[in-house]
Amino acid sequence: MTKKTSTIAKPKADATAARPDFSRAPVNAALTPAQKIDLYRTMVRIRRFEERSLRAYQAKKIGGFLHLYIGQEAVAVGCCSLMGKHDHVITAYRDHGHAIAVGMELNPLMAELYGKITGCSKGKGGSMHYFDPTRNFWGGHGIVGGQIPLGTGLAYALKYQGKKGAAMAFMGDGAVNQGAVHEAYNLAALWNLPVVFVIENNGYSMGTSQARSSAGELAKRAEGYDMPWGQCNGHDVYEVRACMDKYLTLAREESRPSTVEIDSYRYRGHSVADPDNTYRSKAEVEEYRRTKDPIQVFEVILTAEGVLTEALMEKIHTDARAEADTAADFAEASPYPTVEDIQKDVYWEADHPTERKSQGRLFFD
Amino acid sequence: MPQITYREAIRHALAEELERDPNVVVMGEEVGQFHGAYKVTEGLLAKFGPTRVVDTPISEAGFIGLGVGASMLGVRPVMELMFWSFYSVAFDQILNNAANVRYMSGGQINCPIVIRGPANGGTNVGATHSHTPENVLANHPGVKVVVPATPYDAKGLLKSAIRDNDPVFFLENTILYGDKGEVPDGEIIVPLGKADVKRAGTDLTIVTYGRCVIHSLAAAEHLAKEHGVSVEVVDLRTIRPLDIDTVLASVAKTHRVLIVEEQKPFASVGSQLAFMIQREAFDELDGPIHRLATIDAPAIYSPPVETEQLPNPQRVIKAALEALA
Repeated sequence: MTKKTSTIAKPKADATAARPDFSRAPVNAALTPAQKIDLYRTMVRIRRFEERSLRAYQAKKIGGFLHLYIGQEAVAVGCCSLMGKHDHVITAYRDHGHAIAVGMELNPLMAELYGKITGCSKGKGGSMHYFDPTRNFWGGHGIVGGQIPLGTGLAYALKYQGKKGAAMAFMGDGAVNQGAVHEAYNLAALWNLPVVFVIENNGYSMGTSQARSSAGELAKRAEGYDMPWGQCNGHDVYEVRACMDKYLTLAREESRPSTVEIDSYRYRGHSVADPDNTYRSKAEVEEYRRTKDPIQVFEVILTAEGVLTEALMEKIHTDARAEADTAADFAEASPYPTVEDIQKDVYWEADHPTERKSQGRLFFD
Repeated sequence: MPQITYREAIRHALAEELERDPNVVVMGEEVGQFHGAYKVTEGLLAKFGPTRVVDTPISEAGFIGLGVGASMLGVRPVMELMFWSFYSVAFDQILNNAANVRYMSGGQINCPIVIRGPANGGTNVGATHSHTPENVLANHPGVKVVVPATPYDAKGLLKSAIRDNDPVFFLENTILYGDKGEVPDGEIIVPLGKADVKRAGTDLTIVTYGRCVIHSLAAAEHLAKEHGVSVEVVDLRTIRPLDIDTVLASVAKTHRVLIVEEQKPFASVGSQLAFMIQREAFDELDGPIHRLATIDAPAIYSPPVETEQLPNPQRVIKAALEALA
């Protein structure tokens, strides 16, 4: 991976250059055609969901921030497709892709954006705070790097409870400069915790390029903690899976932490409020879109493999659009939480009054 | 009944809960091999081993965040802050993650952690080590805040805290660690959110908590002997949930109130108490609510002057006489 010296995003690995054939990696060679189509379909569903949510935002149906995952789909899908029963995921605020990749339904996800009670967090979390513990998905966290100690704690719990699993703690490239991340690195390495720290490097921490914000190579910082580390391209879902499989296995089998930097790119601004015209060129976005779009890259691969036909591709896109539209209709039709709901889900004890052991007032006027 | 120290009472609570529940883990800086910076956890490593009693690096944001994450999967970490003053370097983990994760997940996640350690001035360690953040903590819905004054309460409240399914912040006091009191062997439970009338009286209610309970009891004794004044001392024991009913019942009896707290005055726990008392017992009051707090400046180092900056029995006596005037 090229170390950047310029003030623009680092040059991405040349997609046309000779690269290993990641379809032959055992973890990919073992995929059935149906499983390959599933990977493709999940990426498409993420993109259509994001496009639909952008429209809803523009129509003022959604408040707050909206950080779109468009362009990065192969990262979440590749990583989360490797999850076993005792594997867990936590991420930052650009969390829609991970939520869909772990299997959350689009209806509650869209309803959460609309602030409805049918949302996955009952309209209390919003775009940045999706959660689904039943699918081992622990958020959706708003503060850059703040989720990384939590992800390390998931790994700590796995080890403490003697379960053979791994935690994937996702962060963006900006998060590597946060102290909490380094504290977590140290604890994970010191205690041999089964966690893979995944840096989704889309080149920009908000509007500041990697070259303007981070010294050295991001993943290489793991060396300071005696952690294995790796890098891969995030536009090829096969490559993501091949790379991550190695480090997840290290975590599950040997309880060793690692850091993996996955090169990626977002087509939209940091959030949709970002005018996206001050820190990168349109040409840069177009170049990526043209040569490394993760969905197109996989289309080419699957077509060459004879797994994907034009007709199936069209059906998948049509279905995904319809599913996203249905989710928006569901969100639109759902009720908002009530004022009475504001003080629910604050305390476990308040929500379980018959099991409450404390006394006194929990809430104040 | 056996007399044990406040320190031993906390240690007994930790040992009994480690024994009772295999999910409980004691974690923090110097809690194991060093026996605890204030010797609270002495002997626990030998008894329970390094899986249950875990020494951490000096890394409060890291290990507290780790504890929050582990608690989401059912581990029940009891984490020691060597000083609560160090909460500021873990503020995001404590008050963004622990306090909010249940809410932001729509009630899908619990965070059954305890963070405990001393939170007090009076030990001449300067402003960085003398914070009393109970007001800051209690300002965050979703958390519970406990402030024991006696060995009995420390043991009974800590056991309740460890069994609680919400994040509980347990604020001790280095100066009280050596204080002795009667604590029965074995299981005692003091529920969170239940105040305790530590001394009954009829002329003035002192509402207080933590070490200021001890100061207030000494002052009440003096006021009874030297001034013939009967003071009732209400020990809150828990800041959130708050047992305001016991406070209001006392106010209905004495009709005069002095709040004593080791807090800086602005937006303190006492500010909240004064608001609630005037709002809910206005007609019971025969005079304005008085408050004695820490003199409003960062904690001074100078040993004899720090004693005067904080509430002490003499300052309580003076404030009580003013409240009764």
